[in-house]
Amino acid sequence: MLDATRQPSLPNRPGVGYKAQHFNDIMKDAGPVGWLEIHAENYMGMGGRPLAQLRHLSEQFPFSVHGVGLSIGGEGRLDADHLARLKTLCDWLNPASFSEHLAWSTHESAFLNDLLPLPYTAATVTRVADHIDEVQSVLGRQMLLENPSSYLAFAESDMSETDFLSEIVTRTGCGLLLDVNNVFVSATNLGYSPQGYIDDYPLDAVKEIHLGGHDADEDETGAPLLIDSHGAEVVDPVWALLDYTLAKSGPKPLLIEWDTDVPEWAVLVEETRRADTALSVLA
Amino acid sequence: MITTQTEFRTALLDPTSPPPEGVRNPDGVQATKRFDVYRNNVAVSLTDALGAAFPVVAKLVGDDFFRAMAGVYLRAHPPSSPVMMFYGEEMPEFLAGFGPAQSVPYLPDIARLELALRHSYHASDATPIAADALAQIAPDSLPQVTFTFAPSVYLIPSRYPLQSIWAANTSGGDIAKVAQPALVTRPEFDPMVDALTQEQAAVTQALIGGQPLGQALQNGGAGFDLGPLLGLILSRNALISLKT
Repeated sequence: MLDATRQPSLPNRPGVGYKAQHFNDIMKDAGPVGWLEIHAENYMGMGGRPLAQLRHLSEQFPFSVHGVGLSIGGEGRLDADHLARLKTLCDWLNPASFSEHLAWSTHESAFLNDLLPLPYTAATVTRVADHIDEVQSVLGRQMLLENPSSYLAFAESDMSETDFLSEIVTRTGCGLLLDVNNVFVSATNLGYSPQGYIDDYPLDAVKEIHLGGHDADEDETGAPLLIDSHGAEVVDPVWALLDYTLAKSGPKPLLIEWDTDVPEWAVLVEETRRADTALSVLA
Repeated sequence: MITTQTEFRTALLDPTSPPPEGVRNPDGVQATKRFDVYRNNVAVSLTDALGAAFPVVAKLVGDDFFRAMAGVYLRAHPPSSPVMMFYGEEMPEFLAGFGPAQSVPYLPDIARLELALRHSYHASDATPIAADALAQIAPDSLPQVTFTFAPSVYLIPSRYPLQSIWAANTSGGDIAKVAQPALVTRPEFDPMVDALTQEQAAVTQALIGGQPLGQALQNGGAGFDLGPLLGLILSRNALISLKT
């Protein structure tokens, strides 16, 4: 198990998911943005503009490297080549944080480009914990694990997501990335209380919080079905859930995640101002 | 009831198969529409990735055709790596064998060019040779000179007017009446596409392959004029070393 006491961390300020089209805006005036997050897989080329931009930005901002393709919940072994690419990127950029998802995306060498769900059982705990041990050992740093957006449940699940995450933290010493939009989406979709989830969640292990937008639909019975989109503003009930969380956890690094239909920089800055306000009322 | 990832993946990629038996709505009933969210995420995200990767192929065949074709492609060739920047490596061969696309015979070459543009964009940085480096070499040594090209340089052979078809569908312009193999270079951060003649492409191919200049020139045929090709290559920062 990893000693988490001497790990770097992100500042307790708003950050944004970095998009290349915002490079000049950020260099000119970053507003309240105190750190940036990248999707690791977009920076695994050998050179060119993406890495040159990172080199410039990393002189001014702490970075979070957020992986979307490691398939930590996969039934098979972790992809050693991909883990090596993550290590190369982390060694080069030296980010303040590395995070990945409680999900799977690769099976028998096919990468499905989505964060697919896991049943919450003792067998899954063991598999995920072993994979996190391997990641932390190869990278030589703590990783944060993010809770998913869930659209369905598994018949075989016999523990709650919060108990599952607590067990993973105890076994591996990893930190947690709490996505409050995902909590709201999953709680709505699976019919539990989002505040109750936060009450049961191991908030001491949280080192980053994600905020994003979602789309609304219904299932075949007319029950609400929210879909994580990262393509819209954060909705009021999610801001309220953030306030509820921060009141219990104290200040945390807050990320505005906006990955599809990416708006102009000013719109992201407005969202970070709201996140900044949520932090400043705690002071 | 255990749901394996093999079962989940099979149902994800085959819209005609039922969802896995062990996936549930909150009321405990087997999930259908909720499973379709994952099906849709996979198909749409991979289709969008292919659309972003091959914008000119998509423009040439039209969006509806492209998305239907992408649906076939992504099931035959799901990504083999989470590094999506290079997804679609099998697209040229796929297009060459895809019946409904045969009416546009240059599509595979366009796909090769669009793949090369992405590889060029993400290629290693390299320092070009000085503008006068060639002038420093004694004239009688020139035939023995070999060149090393930057890692961002790609030559796409074609018997179609490849460069001007690509240009007409990105920035506009007329399509040439002659074959135009395409030379992809990256002077700084943005890849560029230039038209070569068949003779220039043959010489460039030989130079990229490491042949000495004198030998490579024989691929250009009698009366080949090296000046324009060399001027282009130098102006695009495509050479990173010379050896005599």
